[in-house]
Amino acid sequence: MKGTQGDTLAEVKNLKMYFPVTRGLLRRKVADIKAVDDVSFQIKSRETLGLVGESGCGKTTVGRCILRLYHPTSGQILFNGHDISAMPERKIRPLRCGMGTIFQDPFGSLDPRQTAGSIVGEPLRIHGMVNRRDFHERVSELFRLVGLDPSMMDRVPHEFSGGQRQRLGVARALACRPALVVCDEPISALDVSIQAQIINLLEGLQEKLGLTYLFIAHDLSVVRHISNRVAVMYLGRIVEITSSQELYRNPLHPYTRALLSAVPIPDPVVEEKRERIFLKGEVPSPLNRPSGCHFHPRCQLAIADCSQVMPPLRDVGGSHEVSCIRV
Amino acid sequence: MSVLLNVENLKTYFRTYRGLVKAADGVSFSVNEREIVGLVGESGCGKSVSMLSVLQLISTPPGEIVGGKVLFDGKDLLQFDAKGPQMCSIRGGKIAMIFQEPMTSLNPVLTIGRQLTEMLELHLHMDKEAARERAAELLRLVGIPDPETRVHDYPHQFSGGMRQRVMIAMALSCNPRILIADEPTTAVDVTTQSQLLELMKDMVMRFNTSLVVVTHNLGVVARYVQRIYVMYAGRIVESGLSKDIFAHPRHPYTIGLLKCVPRLDEAQGRKLVPIDGLPPNLIGMPPTCAFLPRCGAKIERCTYEPWPALRLVGHEHYVSCYVDTQEMR
Repeated sequence: MKGTQGDTLAEVKNLKMYFPVTRGLLRRKVADIKAVDDVSFQIKSRETLGLVGESGCGKTTVGRCILRLYHPTSGQILFNGHDISAMPERKIRPLRCGMGTIFQDPFGSLDPRQTAGSIVGEPLRIHGMVNRRDFHERVSELFRLVGLDPSMMDRVPHEFSGGQRQRLGVARALACRPALVVCDEPISALDVSIQAQIINLLEGLQEKLGLTYLFIAHDLSVVRHISNRVAVMYLGRIVEITSSQELYRNPLHPYTRALLSAVPIPDPVVEEKRERIFLKGEVPSPLNRPSGCHFHPRCQLAIADCSQVMPPLRDVGGSHEVSCIRV
Repeated sequence: MSVLLNVENLKTYFRTYRGLVKAADGVSFSVNEREIVGLVGESGCGKSVSMLSVLQLISTPPGEIVGGKVLFDGKDLLQFDAKGPQMCSIRGGKIAMIFQEPMTSLNPVLTIGRQLTEMLELHLHMDKEAARERAAELLRLVGIPDPETRVHDYPHQFSGGMRQRVMIAMALSCNPRILIADEPTTAVDVTTQSQLLELMKDMVMRFNTSLVVVTHNLGVVARYVQRIYVMYAGRIVESGLSKDIFAHPRHPYTIGLLKCVPRLDEAQGRKLVPIDGLPPNLIGMPPTCAFLPRCGAKIERCTYEPWPALRLVGHEHYVSCYVDTQEMR
């Protein structure tokens, strides 16, 4: 299942995911919410691709499409070379073994009435990965892998702290030995001092097991820390994608710049010298997106053309892609 | 700069069926005029409880303010009845508060305009007409477009960031001396967060108001705050000027907090240093330092002596620790 470093593990081509808006008794479709609109990117084996953007920009939807939890409107999703975008459910099931998910909410994502061992082992049961004899052993191994004591297997979720619950979530995601793990805001519900524990755990596991991460978060400093490459999304589209080093040193898209400048750095001396960009207004509703470049009404560099043409992502060298006609 | 609010040895306890929770256990802090103060700590460390105690907004039972003084304008607010007229005129009038979740702190069945005019009529005794005009003006001040029509809208018609702007307008409507912002930007996006914080900063400068920002985000503190109080398990463990605390943190908890957050400007491949263990359970705490089980700098003395008192280690820099952590950084 696992590729060697540098191979493309997953690829998304022109992915579109529209959700219908219905109205009235007959649930007539009146409009589409274009949650993801023409998104393309690759995830290479053993790398971490960060997906960052504000709430409602479609980053979670992209993650769910890759897991095929949604049926995309159009576009291709290649996982290990198989196009899963239109595959029937029974064919996807065995492939899902190769994907894991860590969810945001460590409280809502664990069944309160199951024991921790049963939660972590559930994917093993569903996919018939191990026989009954080895089940206990494999679950214990998973517990140790994420830094939990296997003796806690018989406890129920409420007996665990937030950080421990998220460790359970990680263990469950890894149960089927996946190649790709989609981490959807895995640390944003945790306390500051616990966040670092989970980040380090994820980094350690990646090294040990050769995992590939799609790391979805809104916190740019966390995304930059953990990712090799970062894609910035705005209203359903990727506006910039590049290495995380380059993203910080040389951000090109005006939205990326504003986003970076909005993240405060915990150092008053650095803060004093920083250039600040304030965005006008708020993110428009995805139901009623501005024409052309969706960012133009808030953009400081916008010219008349920006409201006419939707700039495609173009490579500006060094695998730095940006979608803006002004840079 | 003169001291505006001085909280001394505040103790707020909650009696629960599992035991006594000392949510704020001898908290002391002060706010000067025209100053931005930050109260930093993780969830459950007692920062919100301390602020709510200042305004006597603790529901009794289970909570109770069992001791301490809240000196404001030469008077001890804790001597006033929580529901009495003095407290009611201070709450919202002299000391205003902004809460974390704007949707739950706005009344969903009243228009924004009505909620704003209510305060103006109550505290400033304005008549209806004047209050309505002032409400629209306040909304314009906090950057809400088309305020004359928006005053007739209900909270659900506003976005999260806009609701928080309404809260700011409401809090500032009676020209308070102190504005307490309790995690004002946790529920909003980063770009909205920076807009809101900048707005609050502008507003307090314009109205000569002092601002207390309660947050767990060290970045927010670094950007806006002049003086910091770091809280842990119901106590202040370190306090001082922002630039001193960030440059020379002295308490092992503060040092740990600064090392465990990823920074935007860090070098690639830096490893985070997490703080081991878990935040403490406030029920049945031992008399020793609450940070002891997670502390990497502990010495023998820490294991048997009671929680250390704050001691002066620099200019306005206090720390509650037996260990001299100066070499540890």
